[in-house]
Amino acid sequence: MTSTTLGQKVVSPVAAGDTVAAQIKSRSRPALMWRALRRDKAAVVSIGILVFLTLVAVFAPLLAPYDPLDGDASQRLEGIGTPGHLLGLDGQGRDILSRLIYGGRYSLTVAVLPVLAAAPIALLIGMFAGYFGGRTGNAVMRVLDVLFAFPVVLLAIAIAAVLGPGLANVMLAIGITMVPYMARVVYTATVQESAKEYVEAARAAGATQAQILRQQLMPNVMSPLVVYGTSLCGLMIVLAAGLSFLGVGVTPPAPDWGVMTSDGRSVLLEGYGHVATIPGLVILVAALAFNLIGDGIRDALDPHKQTS
Amino acid sequence: MAGYLARRAGSMILVLLGVSVLVFLIMQLVPGDPVRTMLGPTATAESIAAVRADLGLDQPLVQQYVSYLGGLLQGDLNTSLTMAQPVAEIVFPKLGNTIILAAGALVICLVIGVPLGVLAATRQYSLFDRGAMFLSLAGASVPVYWAALVVISIFALKLGWLPTSGMYDVREPGGLGDLLRHLVLPAATAAVVPTAVIARLTRSVMVEALQQDHIRMLRANGVPERQIVWKHALRNALPPIVNIVGLQVGYLLGGVIFIEVVFSWPGLGGQLYTSITSNDMPIIQAGVLFIALVFVVVNLIADIVVALLDPRTREAVG
Repeated sequence: MTSTTLGQKVVSPVAAGDTVAAQIKSRSRPALMWRALRRDKAAVVSIGILVFLTLVAVFAPLLAPYDPLDGDASQRLEGIGTPGHLLGLDGQGRDILSRLIYGGRYSLTVAVLPVLAAAPIALLIGMFAGYFGGRTGNAVMRVLDVLFAFPVVLLAIAIAAVLGPGLANVMLAIGITMVPYMARVVYTATVQESAKEYVEAARAAGATQAQILRQQLMPNVMSPLVVYGTSLCGLMIVLAAGLSFLGVGVTPPAPDWGVMTSDGRSVLLEGYGHVATIPGLVILVAALAFNLIGDGIRDALDPHKQTS
Repeated sequence: MAGYLARRAGSMILVLLGVSVLVFLIMQLVPGDPVRTMLGPTATAESIAAVRADLGLDQPLVQQYVSYLGGLLQGDLNTSLTMAQPVAEIVFPKLGNTIILAAGALVICLVIGVPLGVLAATRQYSLFDRGAMFLSLAGASVPVYWAALVVISIFALKLGWLPTSGMYDVREPGGLGDLLRHLVLPAATAAVVPTAVIARLTRSVMVEALQQDHIRMLRANGVPERQIVWKHALRNALPPIVNIVGLQVGYLLGGVIFIEVVFSWPGLGGQLYTSITSNDMPIIQAGVLFIALVFVVVNLIADIVVALLDPRTREAVG
C-alpha cells in the first residue's frame, strides 16, 4: 500500500527497504564489534598507540632526526636528555630516538605479518579437520599435537636457528610456529559450530559442502581467530624481538627493537641502562596495546557483555 | 581411571615418537654439512667420507632414524661436534640446573598468581581488581630478556643486593644459601609472564565458580566467606588452573633460554644458545628433545591431577 488513505504519513516500501538494509548493515559483525569496542577506553587508546607507532615507522625518513645507522663515537653512551639527542646515544654513538623510529619498520612487520600469513593456512587446516573430522581430521590434529609438545619460544628459536638469521627467515620461523596454535582455535570453533542447527538447516536446504564451509562456518569461526590473532601479535612482537636479541632474528646493525635491547645488554654492566631500557619499554608498550585490543575485541564479541 | 591413564600414556608415547622424528628431521634440514663444519675447511674429501661413514651419515634416512632412536633409547645421544664429549654428559647436568630454575619460578608463580587471581575475583570490578588485572596484562606483555636486564641493573648493580649472574659464587661456591641467592633474580624474572597469565585465568574461573548455586547455598547457610572462597569455590576452579599451570611450565622451559643467557645460568637453555651459535646439532637435538620430554610429562601429570580432582573420575579409581 502506497496510498495515503487516512492522511497518515506512509513511507514507500522502497524507502522502507533502504532503511532496513541500512540498519542491517550497521548491525553487521564488524560494525557491532566496533560499536562495542569504541566504549572500551583502554582498547581505543591502544589502537591510537599502534596507529601512532605504525605512522611513525612509515614516515621514519621524515621524522628521524639522525641516520639510524650512523654513529658519532665522540658522543657514545651519552644519556637521556643530551642536547640534540632526546633519548641519548648507544654504544656506537647512534641516536636512540632515530633508531627507535626506524625500528618499528622491523619490529612491527616481523610480529604482524607472520600472524596474518599464518591465519589463512590455519583457517584451512582447522576448518578441514574440524568439519570433516573422521580419520583424516584426527590425523591432522595428532600431527599438531606433536608440535604442541615444543614450547613456543623453543620451537621458534629452533626453526630460526635452522633457517639462519635474517628478516624473512625470522618471519617464516614465527609463522610456522603459529600455524598449529591458530589451527587449533579454528578447529575447536568449527567442531562447535558444525553441530549447530543453522548448519543442519543449510545442509537440508541443499547447500554444498563448499557453500556450508565458506558461507556458514567461515564467518563464525573467524571471530575467535581474530581475537586470538590480535593477542598473538602482542606475544609475537615480544618473541620476534627476542629472537633478534638472541642473534637468530633480524641482524645488526638494523635498528630492530630486539637488536637495540641486545646492544644495550653489553653496556648495561658498565652502568649505561638507558640503551637497553628504552627499546624494551617500547616493545612492552606495543605488546600491551595488542593485548588490550585483543581483550577489547573479545569482550565486544561476547554476547553477555553486549548491552545494545 | 586406569583406562584413562593408559590412554593418556599411550598418546604421550605417540607424541614423543613424533617429537623424535621432527627433531631428527630438523637436523636433516640444516643447510651445510655438519661433518664439514666439524672437520674445518682443510678437510679432504676422503676424511669427510670416512667420518660420514663412521657416524652412519651415508646410510638411508629411515635407517639413520632407526639407529638414532635406538641410541636414544639406550641413552646414547651422539657426540658433541664442538666439545668432543658425549652429549648426554653435557646435557643431563644442565637439564638439572634448568629444572631448578624453572621450579623456583613455578613456586613464585603459584604463590603470587593464584592468590592474586582469587582476591581479584572476590572484589570484582573494584579498584584492586582493575589494578591487578591491568598489571597482569602488562606482566603478560613483558619481554623477559628486557625484564632480566632491568632487574640486574636495579637489584644487582644499583642496590647490590644480589649477584648479577651464575649459579654459585665463583670464589666460595657451594651451599643452599649461595644457590638461593643466585636463584632469586632469574627465577623471579622468569616468573613474571606465567604469574600474570595464571592470575588472569584464576580470576576468570573464580568469578564463575563464585556465582554457582551451591556457593549461594553455602552463603545462605552462613558459612564464613573466607571458607567459601578458599575452600569451596577454589576447589571447583582448580582443574583449569592446574591445566594452565602445566602449560605455563612449557613457557618457562622455553623462556628460560633468555633468562639463562642474560644471567649466565649454566642450564640447558644457555647451552642451547651456545650450541646454536656454534651449529652443534647433536646438542641442539638433545636439548630440544629433553625440553619437549619434560613438557609432555608435566602436562601428563597435570592431566592426572585434574582427573583426581574431579570426583567422578576419582571414584572410578577406588
